[in-house]
Amino acid sequence: MNELLTHTRLPDRAPPVSEVGIVHWAKKHLFGSVSNTIMTLVSLYILYLLIPPLVNWALLKANISGTDRSVCDANAAGACWTFIKVRFNQIMFGLFYGSHPDQIWRPVLAFFMLVGLLTPLFIEKFPFKGMLGGFILLVYPFIAFALIHGAWLGLPVAETREWGGFLLTFVLSSIGIVAALPLGILLALGRRSELPVIRSFSIFYIELWRGTPLITVLFMASVLLPLFFPAGVEFDKVLRALIGITMFQSAYTAEAIRGGLQAIPKGQFEAADALGLSYWKKMIFIVLPQALKISIPGIVNTFIELFKDTSLVSIIGLLDLLNMAQTASQSIEWKGYDTEAYIFAAFIFWIFCYGISRYSQNLEAKLDRGHRN
Amino acid sequence: MTDTPPPPPTPPVATAATTPEAPATGNSEYSIDIRGLNKWYGSFHVLKDINLQVSKGERIVICGPSGSGKSTMIRCINRLEEHQEGTIIVDGVELTNDVKNIDTVRREVGMVFQHFNLFPHLTVLENCTLAPIWVRKTPKKEAIATAMQYLERVRIPEQANKYPGQLSGGQQQRVAIARSLCMNPRIMLFDEPTSALDPEMISEVLDTMIDLAETGMTMLCVTHEMGFAKQVADRVIFMDYGEIVEQAPPEEFFNNPKHDRTQLFLSQILAH
Repeated sequence: MNELLTHTRLPDRAPPVSEVGIVHWAKKHLFGSVSNTIMTLVSLYILYLLIPPLVNWALLKANISGTDRSVCDANAAGACWTFIKVRFNQIMFGLFYGSHPDQIWRPVLAFFMLVGLLTPLFIEKFPFKGMLGGFILLVYPFIAFALIHGAWLGLPVAETREWGGFLLTFVLSSIGIVAALPLGILLALGRRSELPVIRSFSIFYIELWRGTPLITVLFMASVLLPLFFPAGVEFDKVLRALIGITMFQSAYTAEAIRGGLQAIPKGQFEAADALGLSYWKKMIFIVLPQALKISIPGIVNTFIELFKDTSLVSIIGLLDLLNMAQTASQSIEWKGYDTEAYIFAAFIFWIFCYGISRYSQNLEAKLDRGHRN
Repeated sequence: MTDTPPPPPTPPVATAATTPEAPATGNSEYSIDIRGLNKWYGSFHVLKDINLQVSKGERIVICGPSGSGKSTMIRCINRLEEHQEGTIIVDGVELTNDVKNIDTVRREVGMVFQHFNLFPHLTVLENCTLAPIWVRKTPKKEAIATAMQYLERVRIPEQANKYPGQLSGGQQQRVAIARSLCMNPRIMLFDEPTSALDPEMISEVLDTMIDLAETGMTMLCVTHEMGFAKQVADRVIFMDYGEIVEQAPPEEFFNNPKHDRTQLFLSQILAH
């Protein structure tokens, strides 16, 4: 019998130099072919045409000093940030706080309290996440309401109809998003239920709200809801908007989650069944964690849409960030500076939407378990 | 003799299992007692008059061509598939539409799947402790201790805190076996446990199954690993067209099959 040979493995070598580095990247991605090179040059030219005037107007020549329009009118080549500075409180916090600057600590305190409460949830090893989460969901809203509204604490009362600006946008969208998520989960499960009554109801509900524009929903919430209450009962406008938004948003969330549920392989359900897990345990421990992870991009997409769509509450006479900025720019003192108002509103919207988007990408990466179904 | 499949009878009107009386809960002499089992997918008759009694501690290998109903039959035993006619009594509990009975049976019957079906979002240890904690209400510490014990038995305790996606196919299947064992089942069902594995990983899974067989566990294995059948099976069952064609102890089954269909099947799978 021959003696067996022992195979020695070849060592790993570094890739060739031409495959790495910035020069290689530029060669491959910017100047890879003739058409590629032309597109790169044209794009650079367009950027050259756009960016310098924009920077000039928005930053270099912009006005920020003073408290009235005289400075801006004297230098028309630059943006008038003075207007935003003077009307900042109104645009961010609405009419009541715009005219009571000494009370602005209330919404600011509520906001930073929320930030402070949420921060530990993002710390991996924090032990009381469940309790803190429950506190934020069940107790914090009342604290925030007490602070912002004021009546319970004996502070000057800010009626909800005087809430506005970014404050209103934030309240409507965050409560809408948080309330719609559990409803959406139930609706998505209902739509895939084997019980015909539950399934039919879920389909009916989802299709009803998905088939109606938000603006119509808000209008109905404003006009129809009061009909169900005895005459004379003043039904809070913001609450009406919230109910409409939550109903509407839950249908969209449900559809995003249903997409995730459908992507879970049958074997996962069978393995859970075979281990004797009940329907709800199977859903809570096995199916939903996976389905929600898959649905993150879709859910976040509906969140971002809702965040921006809150501007539609103007139809029922509420002034969110965009509408408040517009209103401020139409005042006699600042007529003609609506470009600044829109750009400022867009900038605030963008910061928050981009933030949500980045966070969702982080979350996806964090939840990735190296498994592709 | 030649088996021509009999013309399929029409499905019964009632979909519920027969025998409306309360399920037998007395101690049956058999671990699994299947009588007159018939099942249809729509109008397709998948299982025909199956009778199968499995004693406690018996190890059975089920083989047959694809589409012969082997998987469907063992999936009826823990009610992953519903049957329309006949009775299935598992450990003295009859499988009916009664959810309580189904839950009782599923607690006592472990199952290992062809594609492992581990929960990818949970670590190996969490995969093994989830059902004991939430179904059996075992205290967490105890569940972890049991899980580690079984992970050691399938020889992968060092992978306990990894996620299934980080393991090889053979390791995943061994975790799946450990996960089932953590529920302390009295019966284990294996549905082609090595069919999705690379050739180099088949033996590590079979070794685990052989170890398990030596503990006296009641086992039903759908598999084409004839070496495994010869080594551990008490009885080999051959199915074709939804029927049990032949059953015999392995020596007799492999050396002296009685039906030409069995002979043909054996010659085809043993030829290569």
